[in-house]
Amino acid sequence: MTSGTDEVPEDADVLEEVEADVLEDVAADEREEGEELEEIEPPDSNAVVINMNGKDVVARKGETVIAAALRNDEYIPHFCYHPRMSPVGMCRQCMVEIEGPRGPMMVVSCMTPVAEDQVVRTATDEVKRAQEGMIELLLANHPLDCPVCDKGGECPLQDQAFSHGPGESRYVEQKRHYEKPIPISDLVYLDRERCILCDRCTRFADEVAGDPLIHFISRGNNTQVMTFPDEPFVSYFSGNVVQICPVGALTAKPYRFKARPWDLSQRESTCTTCSVGCRTVIQSSRDELLRYQGVDSDPVNWGWLCDRGRFNFEAINSDHRLTTPMIKTEAGLVETSWRGALDAAAGLINDALAGGGAESIALLGGARGTNEDAFAWARLADAIGTPNRDAQLGDGLPAEILGLDRATIDEAANASTIVLLGPDLKEELPVLYLRLRDAAEKGRSRILEFSATDSGMTPYAWKSIRHEPGTQHNAVVSALADSDIAEQLAKGDVVVVAGRSNLADSADVTVAALQKLLAGVQGAKVLPALRRGNVVGALSLGLAPADADHDGLAILQAAADGKIEVLILLGADPLNDCPDADLARRAFAGARRIIAVDTFACESTQHADVVFAAAAYGEKAGTTTNLEGRVSTVGQQVTATGTSRPDWMIAIELGLKIGDRSFGSDHPLRGVSTVDDLTDMIANTVTGFAGLSSSTLVQQTDGVLIESPSTSLPEVSFAEAGRVSYDYRLVVSRKLYDRAVGTQMSRSLTNLASASVAYVHPLDLDGLGVAEGDDVKIVSAKAATILPIRPDSAVPRGILWSPFNQGSGNIEDIIDWRSATTDVRIERV
Amino acid sequence: MSRLSDHNVILAKEIIARYPKQKSALIPLVHLSQEQNGYVTEDAMRHIADMIDVTPAEVYGTASFYEMFRFEPTGKYLINVCGTLSCSLMGADSLMHHAEQTLGIKAGATTDDGLITLQHAECQAACTEAPTLQVNYRHRYRVTHESFDQLVDDLRSGALDTEIPPHGTLGRNRQQIPADRAVAVQAPEDVTTGPAWIQVSPA
Ligand code: SF4
Ligand code: SF4
Ligand code: FES
Ligand code: FES
Repeated sequence: MTSGTDEVPEDADVLEEVEADVLEDVAADEREEGEELEEIEPPDSNAVVINMNGKDVVARKGETVIAAALRNDEYIPHFCYHPRMSPVGMCRQCMVEIEGPRGPMMVVSCMTPVAEDQVVRTATDEVKRAQEGMIELLLANHPLDCPVCDKGGECPLQDQAFSHGPGESRYVEQKRHYEKPIPISDLVYLDRERCILCDRCTRFADEVAGDPLIHFISRGNNTQVMTFPDEPFVSYFSGNVVQICPVGALTAKPYRFKARPWDLSQRESTCTTCSVGCRTVIQSSRDELLRYQGVDSDPVNWGWLCDRGRFNFEAINSDHRLTTPMIKTEAGLVETSWRGALDAAAGLINDALAGGGAESIALLGGARGTNEDAFAWARLADAIGTPNRDAQLGDGLPAEILGLDRATIDEAANASTIVLLGPDLKEELPVLYLRLRDAAEKGRSRILEFSATDSGMTPYAWKSIRHEPGTQHNAVVSALADSDIAEQLAKGDVVVVAGRSNLADSADVTVAALQKLLAGVQGAKVLPALRRGNVVGALSLGLAPADADHDGLAILQAAADGKIEVLILLGADPLNDCPDADLARRAFAGARRIIAVDTFACESTQHADVVFAAAAYGEKAGTTTNLEGRVSTVGQQVTATGTSRPDWMIAIELGLKIGDRSFGSDHPLRGVSTVDDLTDMIANTVTGFAGLSSSTLVQQTDGVLIESPSTSLPEVSFAEAGRVSYDYRLVVSRKLYDRAVGTQMSRSLTNLASASVAYVHPLDLDGLGVAEGDDVKIVSAKAATILPIRPDSAVPRGILWSPFNQGSGNIEDIIDWRSATTDVRIERV
Repeated sequence: MSRLSDHNVILAKEIIARYPKQKSALIPLVHLSQEQNGYVTEDAMRHIADMIDVTPAEVYGTASFYEMFRFEPTGKYLINVCGTLSCSLMGADSLMHHAEQTLGIKAGATTDDGLITLQHAECQAACTEAPTLQVNYRHRYRVTHESFDQLVDDLRSGALDTEIPPHGTLGRNRQQIPADRAVAVQAPEDVTTGPAWIQVSPA
């Protein structure tokens, strides 16, 4: 498979075939001996046989000639055709000859559907002449500045000019000139001279991303791709247009002039920035990561990536990378040797075991790493004997959600009804947003959304139900009683996308609503919308809390109460990532010792007694699990920075240092020397991961689904707080770009984070008598904070919405994790 | 500045209501804004985008496809001098040169008083009457230097006010269609039956 998204990978079909074979075998085993086997193949109602270049090929009903050709290894040159977008016939490069009623005719193969017994010729002299003519015309105005063009070497225009071009041009006139590259957004540059007007970028923006901010402007010879003046192409998905542009007209700032394609080496991997788990290739030159490109994985990302996932490789080489272990001394954190750091950490843990016992040790995090990282740390936690561990920081849902009848992304995107009971997918799980938006736009699914404010999905929702924060369970009950909705849900095939929509509510509120929903809709499946990269892997492999008394918030509370001797942070930054910032601060003050394992120096690592430098994404191999439970490989493409090591290795070495209190002489982890050993150990010991050995996963590039033991949601109860009429109820939710280190350390993304602002309905703002942008004091039962206030009609009346973790003015300070909802007063300052 | 006026917003809403999809009102609304300002302003495009729930880029992209929408300040009178073959043979170049001299501007520019914009044009389909020009798309045939000067004098004095309305004007009478007499067009996806005059055989 290549980095291009042009070819839909065959793997999807391969996988289907493999599954079909397995099923047949099983069926064969179950058959009674001697039973007659019927050998009649049911005719495939989707198959259409056409004749291409003298051979019969099987096409699929409704597909275009070019799609059938490419799938059957007959290459037809093309520029505008893209398998994931609707055909437009813009470039005219894909001409072929088709036998028609009046003899052969020249047609564009990307606009011609296949038909039974169609006769297609893709390489006759006439076809070649037509294709050469098109290339000559496309090049007439093309600057041919390949030597200084980023695309040179991987450029479809360059390649096809060689393979299907005339070799020479008869055009001697002056070419069209435009100002050389102009920025059309903070991330993307446009060189209009190179553009061949294929409509791929503009179609992507409109059809796929739903952000039609670039458009063809003017006409004829003056046609050009352009934004509206002063309205840049601000899209979370802008990097995709750079990848699919068939020439060097669109370039991405982070990669411009960084490398030539022939100097890049690459490896397939899976993005672990969020839990969609998009398939990627990571590319490097001279041992430096330079670019990620999307790979078309049919069940997951269809070739797309979001900009955060695409461009955050920049962080890996940033100044804030931890390169060596550190240890706290009088003079603050100082660099030390691995042996020194491991001895110190083992000492702290042994002291804690001797003093407070295993219960006084806690692990937070682990969702950032690979399955192997999580597994190794979980085994260490088992060996130490501590029940205190959680891969979430009070910002997710109870791990039991993974044991509900789980839907895949494909099932969700083909469901008759998609119920959204969770975060704004566009902000938290961007490519899942693309898949579900597509389902709604193409009419496959109806989206029923429950949310407190408008979300990115609201414009595509069939019904969008606004509820007061903390009352979604009531909203669900009344929705189920609505006849329209009941009728729709009764059609069956319902997938609920469930996650945390509001960090100022407790998780219980969402759990209650989900319970009501599942009780009311028979057979509904659930797609857990938990956000962190490998949170599902971490929770499934032993980093889930035993119960609510040992979860992330309980651990922080115990630390604040002085009950935690050693707090181990696995790539977790509770000071910035826990909804109750005050709790996190008190926990840091109360924990006697902190051991941090991280790739970046962040606020939380500053407080650690021992800091282990962990290898980053792209610097270590392993596997990851996405939100649907799909395990796929993560590749190592460059050497780890400094002396940093993968988390799993740190866990094992630490276990060995701690000695008998952890890894006894016969502990299986003693035998582990490579990451593949761990992958195989997971496959052999963890139910649900059975069969997912390293050798299997390398073959299955689309990943393999795990099975989770079935569980039911915990019983929850919470006090429904009454509301004082002049209060505002608080909604705090995540934006794609925030102060998370990985984003902040990526040069190109740093400035994309919004600022901390409080938003209210415009009429509420009028009522408050403050001007837009004025600072106001926001007072909850617990604390107060000062933020500028702005109007936003996406926010219903009586609600105050503020984005999470945007630095300054900490809205997180006023959230109390123990209360079900947060009500605030707004005061003028 | 130069968003649609309150009066035009009322008209715009009426126009939008005629279509099953509000987006379909894009071109008529761009006309409306050109009528208001003599050209299509950026603010008007933003305003229109807002009203029909598309992006300004979509408005600009669609509108700029059409030659007769202008996006720069335009005089009350837009004079298009034909420069295609027949007119060229009959002295179009000299006519244009004379026009530039008389108005004191280059082709493509607008006089300081904002009255006249002069520009080149392609064939105006009146080749037998060459050389030709158009004032706000009203033909003038066999134009001589003298008749050009006369035309400019008349435009300045207001003598042609009744014949030639300001650039962008759509018509003197505006059609009013009360909602109850509108045809009530259906959106394509809502159409379930074939047209009455076509026999549709059941699938
Ligand atoms: S910029 Fe690239 S993708 Fe967009 S129309 Fe031009 S050639 Fe096609
Ligand atoms: S949607 Fe998630 S997994 Fe996909 S590219 Fe973006 S951050 Fe990575
Ligand atoms: S690929 Fe068929 S016209 Fe462009
Ligand atoms: S050439 Fe001038 S009107 Fe035809």
